[in-house]
Amino acid sequence: MSEVLLRGQGITRRWGGLVAVNDVALDLKRGEVHAVIGTNGAGKSTLINILSGEIPPSAGTVQLLGQDVTAWSQPKRARAGLGRSYQRNTIYPGFSVLENCRLAAQARTPRPWHWWQSAQACSASNTAARQAAQQAGLGDVLASPAGSLSHGQKRQLEIAMCLATAPQVLLLDEPLAGMGAEETERMLALLATLKAGHAILLVEHDMDAVFRIADTITVMVNGVVIFSGAPAAVRSSPEVQAAYLGGH
Amino acid sequence: MTTMHSNTPKALFAALCLGGLAVYPLAAGNYGLDLVTKIMVYAIFALSLELLVGATGLVCFGHAAFFGIGAYAAVLLSPESSAGQLLWLLPTCVAAAAAYALFMGALSLRTQGVYFIMVTLAFAQMAYYIVHDTPLGGGTDGIYLNVKPVLAIGGTPWLNLDGAQPIYFFTWACLVAVFLFLGLLLRSRFGRALAGIKANEQRMRATGFSTYPYKLAAFVISGAIAGLAGFLFGVKDGYVNPELMSWHLSGAVLIMIILGGLGHLRGALIGAFAFALLQEFFKSEAIFGAFAKHWTLGLGLTIIASVALLPNGLVGLPAQWRQRLLGKARGVAPAGEQA
Repeated sequence: MSEVLLRGQGITRRWGGLVAVNDVALDLKRGEVHAVIGTNGAGKSTLINILSGEIPPSAGTVQLLGQDVTAWSQPKRARAGLGRSYQRNTIYPGFSVLENCRLAAQARTPRPWHWWQSAQACSASNTAARQAAQQAGLGDVLASPAGSLSHGQKRQLEIAMCLATAPQVLLLDEPLAGMGAEETERMLALLATLKAGHAILLVEHDMDAVFRIADTITVMVNGVVIFSGAPAAVRSSPEVQAAYLGGH
Repeated sequence: MTTMHSNTPKALFAALCLGGLAVYPLAAGNYGLDLVTKIMVYAIFALSLELLVGATGLVCFGHAAFFGIGAYAAVLLSPESSAGQLLWLLPTCVAAAAAYALFMGALSLRTQGVYFIMVTLAFAQMAYYIVHDTPLGGGTDGIYLNVKPVLAIGGTPWLNLDGAQPIYFFTWACLVAVFLFLGLLLRSRFGRALAGIKANEQRMRATGFSTYPYKLAAFVISGAIAGLAGFLFGVKDGYVNPELMSWHLSGAVLIMIILGGLGHLRGALIGAFAFALLQEFFKSEAIFGAFAKHWTLGLGLTIIASVALLPNGLVGLPAQWRQRLLGKARGVAPAGEQA
C-alpha cells in the first residue's frame, strides 16, 4: 500500500455565510497523482491554499508526513516538504532560470539568511538548483532571464522552483493553464516522472490531461466532494456526469 | 543574469565617483566643502532608503525619523562643554535610530501597500512631535551642539570633527563603508532573499522563507544607516531642529532614489547629488534673480520632467541613449515609442 504523505480531514473554510470548502477529506500518497476537478468556484484553489498553509481552515486538520501541521505557517510547511505552484506564474522574471531555482533552494539550506556569504557561492543551493532545473527540462536555459522564457517554460520553471526545495508533496494549481498541445505533452511527461518520488495534488481544467495522468480523481461542486475514486469510476459515475463532466 | 563582466563598468563608475570625492577638497573652498559634505550625508541617507525601497520593495514614508533621531542623539548625548567621545557616541546614536526602526518596523511591517506607507508616516510624525512639542528637543528653535565630538584613544585625540576637512573626510569614509557594506549585503543570501521578497513575496513564503524577519532586519539596518547619516548631519551643522524629522525630508529622500534610479546603489548616490545640486541651482540668485525665492517650483517641475522622461532614473540614461541610437541605426523607434 502506498505511503500517505499528506492527509486532510474534515477541511472546512467559511467566508462569513459562504462555505467555500465543506468537510473535505483526502489522502495524497507517494507515487500517485490525485487530481481535484470541479467548476470555477468549486473550492479547489481554496483547498490548495488550506493544505499549503496559505489560509487557515475554519475546521479540520492537515497532516504532513504523519505530523499535524494545521497550525503551522506556510513557510514552515514548505520547509517540511510541501511544495506548491500557483495558477499564475510566480517566477522572478528579472532573475535567470538558475537564480530562480537557487533562491528556492536557498530556503532549505542552513542559514538561508546568511548576510555575508555570496548567494552565488553557495554550493548546496547551486547543486540543488541545477538538479531541479535539469529535472524540469530547463537545463539548457539556465542562464536565460526567466522573463524571456516561453509560457510553457515558465510553467516548467514553477515546477523546478518547487523541486529545488526538495519537497515530498507537490500541490500544483493548474500547471497546464494556457499551454499548447506540445507544451502540455512536455508537462505531462514531467509529471509522470515526478510521480515516482512524490505525492502530487493536481488541480486542473484540462480533462483529457487529468484522465490520462491521475490515479485518483476527486470531484468538487460548491465546496463539497461529490465523488472520489479511480478515473474509470469517475467517468462512469452518473452523479459526476450530471454535475460536471457533461458526457465527457 | 548579472555577470561579473557586466558589473565591471558599474563598479568602475562608483570607484571613480568615490575616488573623485576623496580628492575634491584639494580644489574646493569652504562653501564647496560644506555643500559636498551635506550631499554625501544625503547620499548615505538615500542609500539607507534604497535598501528598503529599491532592494526590498518597502516604500517607507517615515525615514526622516531615523535621520532625526541620529541627529538629535548626537546633540543630546554630547557633553555640554566638552567634546563627546566618538567611539561611543556614534554607535549609541546609530543604535538609537536602529531601536526606533525595530519598534516602527515590528508594527508597521504587519501592514502592506498604502497602509504600510501611512503607518510609517504616522510613526515619523510621532517622533517629530516629540521633539517639536516637548522641552527634550528644544521645540521649533532646535538645539545646538556646543563642542564637536573627537576620536580619542588613550587620551590622545586622533580625530577632531570640528572643522570642514575632518568632517568631510569622515563623512566620505562613512559613505564608502556604507556603499561597500550594502553592495556585499545585496549580493549575499540575505540580499537575494530581499530581492525575492520584492519580486514576489507570496512565492517566497511558498518556497519556505518566513519573510517577516527578513523585512524587519532590512528595516532595522536601513534605520541604523539613516541614523548614521543623521549623526553626521547633526555634527556637521552643530545644530538640529524638528525639520530633520519632517515628512518633507522623508519625501525628499524618496525623490532622490527615484531620480537616481530605483534598484541600484549608485542610483541613490547619483540621485542625492542630482537632487541637492538642482536645489542649489534653482536657489541661485545669480542665475534666477528674484525668482530664486520660488526655487521649489523649478525643482518640482524638473523632477516631474525627469521622472516622466527617465523611467529608470538617471542610472538608466546610458541604456536609454543606447537604445535610442540603436533604434535610429536600425530605422525603428525605441521600444517605448513604438505604440
